[in-house]
Amino acid sequence: MKELVVISGKGGTGKTSVTGSFAALAKNAVLADCDVDAADLHLLLNPDVKETHEFYSGFQASIRPDDCTGCGTCMELCRFDAVSADGPAFRIDPFACEGCGVCVEFCPKKAIDFPECLCGKWFKSETRHGQMVHARLEIAAENSGKLVSTVREQAKKVAEDAGADWLIIDGPPGTGCPVIASITGVDAVLVVTEPTLSGEHDLLRVLQLARHFEIPAFISVNKWDINSEMTARIEDAAGKAGATVLERIPYDASITKAQIQGKSIVEFNDGAAATSIRTLWEKLCQKMK
Amino acid sequence: MIIATASGKGGTGKTTVSVALAQAFETPVCLIDCDVEEPNSAFFLKLKPESRQEVTVPVPQIDAEACTACGACSTFCVFNAIAVAGKTALVFPELCHSCGGCVRVCPENAISEAPVPIGEISCGKTGSITALEGRLQIGNAMAPPLIRACKKAAPAGMPVLIDAPPGTSCPMITAVTGTDFVILVTEPTPFGLNDLILAVETVRKLGLKYGVIINRSDSGDDRVVHYCEEEEIKILLQIPESRKIAEAYSRGDGLLTAEPDLTDRFREIIREIELETK
Repeated sequence: MKELVVISGKGGTGKTSVTGSFAALAKNAVLADCDVDAADLHLLLNPDVKETHEFYSGFQASIRPDDCTGCGTCMELCRFDAVSADGPAFRIDPFACEGCGVCVEFCPKKAIDFPECLCGKWFKSETRHGQMVHARLEIAAENSGKLVSTVREQAKKVAEDAGADWLIIDGPPGTGCPVIASITGVDAVLVVTEPTLSGEHDLLRVLQLARHFEIPAFISVNKWDINSEMTARIEDAAGKAGATVLERIPYDASITKAQIQGKSIVEFNDGAAATSIRTLWEKLCQKMK
Repeated sequence: MIIATASGKGGTGKTTVSVALAQAFETPVCLIDCDVEEPNSAFFLKLKPESRQEVTVPVPQIDAEACTACGACSTFCVFNAIAVAGKTALVFPELCHSCGGCVRVCPENAISEAPVPIGEISCGKTGSITALEGRLQIGNAMAPPLIRACKKAAPAGMPVLIDAPPGTSCPMITAVTGTDFVILVTEPTPFGLNDLILAVETVRKLGLKYGVIINRSDSGDDRVVHYCEEEEIKILLQIPESRKIAEAYSRGDGLLTAEPDLTDRFREIIREIELETK
């Protein structure tokens, strides 16, 4: 089984549109959405949820006001500015709390509770293109990286049990915690970028990250005809950074139209973008054989 | 006054809006690029950084002579950043959240802390705009401490604009916390709407004031407008899809370079936000 993750560095370059198309094109694939705090792949694949699991991770400190003597030890020790005075007692801002437990350990009155947090839910689903594992982070919850790891582990199990040939993952933007959790140990990353200064800058950072973790990287420039000079420059720079340059995708307004109908572009029409994405998939299959 | 620009979905135009706001200000203003994983505002401002400052976090160091491998530190650490192996404890710096708990729980006083770099903040100036940019080291997972450092580095006595990272998780929350107003930039597509709803729920939970800008407003359908009307969310501006803007953007030219007439509209938005946050 091959594990492929689609990432971008910069957001909004077309990761999910490409991943949704790959889901339609791949035979015998399992799909996963690792962009857990802004998940969109379900809008194209319309999953029928078969299992829902609660995801607990990390802790949240909470002062019992009746037991708090207002000594201020917690505020003094907290490095995340999460503690403030609230009348005679103190209170902890749940959004600022890092869940480290320092205040809990050193409160002289043991007046701080430390329950585990419900950070989100993850789902096993059926789609018209195969099984899918996805998640939803709770509003304003933390630990997205750990939820990403859970989605990947579970998707891998599903794929192995099903004897799938592919695990295709829609990744998050950026280079931080959720991206690192999405890409470590995969067979390859496909970076979807766009011919803009931001796209170029963000692509080169994410390629550096792929190299840091020694993961083979492919790139595809989406909307390449917005600026063909920039496309050539990006492809050249990506090649020098050790990535393999694959098929470009032209700007095509029907990608949005397909999205509005809840379809991937390759299911929607045989236009310019759909044709390029088909070729992109074929090339990837060859390269990853 | 602190205004953050955030989005949920990436690539909707956060940086475009932040830079346009900064350029529309008629008084000195500070723009902080808190999208530290992928900072992009500097080239739209054509800035060369004048100074750089390394940002570090304290990470434990074990004195192997003094360590008795009792395991108090590894038992305490909820992040699994310390493990006991053989006769001493081992630190995994990439998992450490720098809470300082291990130093305090160690009965042998065998743990001290040393600064470890996670990224840098650069500072530049153009006209009346002071621009700060946070840049996370490649391979580092911890964006929030760098975002906190960027926000603390803002000069006093002028309004602050924050260009937030995408998503709705820790980095975005760290960037928008404590701001007076959040502008949520979206696009009129199913993905844009889905992620806008998540971003709205997040800023509501944080108790922040907010409004919406719809970018490429004629490129999709009208569900975002309907959602905003139903939820009584103020739409501050709709920016139509334009090849001229897209091409300018691809070269690193901002919105107000492509469409100077929008400057007055951005000044009105600033006045509206000032009134609402007074």
